[in-house]
Amino acid sequence: MTEKNTEKHTIVCLVENHFGVLARVSGLISARGFNIESLTVSKTEDETLSRMTIVVEGDAATLEQVKRQLNRLVDVVEIWELRAGEFIDRELLLARVKADDKKREDLKNVAAKFGAKISDGDDSVIVEATGNRSSLDGLLEELRPFGITKLARTGRVALERA
Amino acid sequence: MTEMLTGAQIIVQSLLKEGVDVVFGVPGGMNLPTFDALYQSPINVVLTAHEQGASHMADGYSRANNRVGVCLATSGPGATNLVTGLATAQMDSVPIIAITGQVRSYMIGNDAFQEADTVGIMRPVVKHSYLVKDVKDLARTIKEAFHIATTGRPGPVLIDVPVDISNEKTAFEYPDSVSIRGYKIRTFEEGDDAQIKAAAEAISKAKKPLLYTGGGVILSGAAKELTEFARKNKIPVTTTLLGLGGFPETDPLSVGMLGMHGFEYANYSVAECDLLIAVGARFDDRVTGKVDEFAVKSKKIHIDVDPSQIDKTVKVDYPVVGDVKNVLKKLTKLVKAPDTKDWLVEISKMRKDFPLVYKLRKKLLPQDIIQRISKATKGNAILTTGVGQHQMWAAQFYQFNHPKSMITSGGLGTMGYGLPAAIGAQFARPDSCVWDIDGDGSFQMMSMELATAAKNRLPIKIALMNNNQHGMVRQWQDLFYESRYASSVVNPLDFVKLAEAYGCVGIRVEAQDQVDAAIAKAMEINDRPTLIEFMIEKDENVWPMVAPGKPSHQMIGTYESLKDNGAVAQPRRLNSEDESDLSLS
Ligand SMILES: Cc1ncc(C[n+]2csc(CCOP(=O)(O)OP(=O)(O)O)c2C)c(N)n1
Repeated sequence: MTEKNTEKHTIVCLVENHFGVLARVSGLISARGFNIESLTVSKTEDETLSRMTIVVEGDAATLEQVKRQLNRLVDVVEIWELRAGEFIDRELLLARVKADDKKREDLKNVAAKFGAKISDGDDSVIVEATGNRSSLDGLLEELRPFGITKLARTGRVALERA
Repeated sequence: MTEMLTGAQIIVQSLLKEGVDVVFGVPGGMNLPTFDALYQSPINVVLTAHEQGASHMADGYSRANNRVGVCLATSGPGATNLVTGLATAQMDSVPIIAITGQVRSYMIGNDAFQEADTVGIMRPVVKHSYLVKDVKDLARTIKEAFHIATTGRPGPVLIDVPVDISNEKTAFEYPDSVSIRGYKIRTFEEGDDAQIKAAAEAISKAKKPLLYTGGGVILSGAAKELTEFARKNKIPVTTTLLGLGGFPETDPLSVGMLGMHGFEYANYSVAECDLLIAVGARFDDRVTGKVDEFAVKSKKIHIDVDPSQIDKTVKVDYPVVGDVKNVLKKLTKLVKAPDTKDWLVEISKMRKDFPLVYKLRKKLLPQDIIQRISKATKGNAILTTGVGQHQMWAAQFYQFNHPKSMITSGGLGTMGYGLPAAIGAQFARPDSCVWDIDGDGSFQMMSMELATAAKNRLPIKIALMNNNQHGMVRQWQDLFYESRYASSVVNPLDFVKLAEAYGCVGIRVEAQDQVDAAIAKAMEINDRPTLIEFMIEKDENVWPMVAPGKPSHQMIGTYESLKDNGAVAQPRRLNSEDESDLSLS
């Protein structure tokens, strides 16, 4: 409880799969001025529940406030924090990259190194990769010299190991 | 066979099941079915002049007793007129239900006539909200709404009902119970025994404990438990604006109100205590002043039913999450009374050295008028207020002895609240004497509700402190803006004529020797509202005061600074003999 440095925290929130719940959660987060890095929503194995993965930046006190405030929402069924090392997290990255015939081989090598897929096009390709944030950042570094014309990344989804 | 009812009939039957006998509102195209069904029911439907008035009436009704106020509005402009009322209720944790009409469900999102995204607009100002999309969900929704509004930390709940849903029929069955898996209040209400034990130990060991009690005490009906706990352990009590009445001010342990316009000795006691016990209070910035310097000599206990309040602005040493009534009961059993004799003597001395003061002047003084109302009603009236100087003077100079007797917009500070809240309070407690202490600026924001009060022959009394000013704004302009009076002079108005136009009694008082007679006359009239227009001094200031951003124990307008001007100490209690007997009780 004493750490003052701002860190990234991954929160998982099980919410009622109702109309308007995303607006309630995101509205609360912005009204309280919390710094959110990403928020993803998906269905779960229980179709009445959705799972939100929220990455927040802030010190321990901020994190505690985020959790308590979210917990006040009637539609939030359960909320918990994932602890470092105890979960797997992934993002998906899609990038359109310039690649004429000369560079195509180089690009394939980069993609292979990161386990990324490539869908062929004429003078550009779409690179598709999943991984945690830092490995995708690494991939981006290496793609940049080729020329990235469009980029889309999802936020983090995460699942506890056990 | 269960009965087939329309949505509108289901609303009425559900309200009856919840024990509702009065609702406040205005009809319109999208809630006409509901009004039609209400028309054929035993529920008293109070037509208001404005939907904002309806929302404050529902709020005043809730605050004056233990029931839930209900307000109704049509879609679009009717619904948007409720925003201020719901926000007011949300900030002060008042349980009310708002039922709004909505355009036909298949039209939603098309910018239909009088469409507004009501649920979207209200989301940040309600505890919870519903858009009903199937008539089969309606009864359960209403049941849930009442449950959510009244339990845990109470608050307003909105139910938005498209007009086609209120016309559709279904079998009516009102559920006996609710189960909302995401609503986790039950785990909190009892209070955690380990937390309570730790708090009890800290209290038993304290030398200078101080109870700092807020609206939560009133809301949870814990005034009796608080009084028992404080008396048994001889712990002095300071209250917030919303906590007034939670502890009788005739008790020698009462230290009065703290905060921006609190008493000097209350704020000094906070600075000096070694254990601050916050009960149903939330360390609001009007209470703490500069947060880093608030009560720095003390450890802190925070008892609150809402876990999100703990550590929000002030870090506490002993959090106790739980309903304050339950927690106080348990604490009373566990705490070994600390020895507070010296502390009470110290407070007693501060009380003598730093009293609340004012100096009588030629013209009427609102402080004096409020003291006279306090005497005339023996502190047994229900007070409502607008927002501004008069509100602070009411808090300072009326003697509150009962819970639910101070009804004021504390968190949002909503001007215009006083009159409709008084109407709601009078409906809730027909036999009580209800006074609206109001300012000429605030009053005009909702003065059209005089029509509602007159039509219903409510004997409310309005003490209108007419300084022809937004007095509180003028005070700040004098203090912080070199007396540039930007828009602080209120457009003048003959309030006596205004009252008479609505069918109320109007009395104007300009001389000191007419004050008591006017109050007495108002108290005699019991078949319609009475408005007394008191022509008061224009340049009187509310003292003492914590300047914004300053620590709460560094006040201006103190006794020390005013006494050479002839300001006189004003014993706040009726029985002023026991003014200094703190240590004896
Ligand atoms: C709806 C609303 N608008 C503006 C304000 C800002 N405000 C606070 S006090 C005040 C002046 C109040 O004047 P009046 O009701 O005459 O009371 P007085 O201070 O003169 O007693 C104003 C404008 C407010 N609190 N609420």
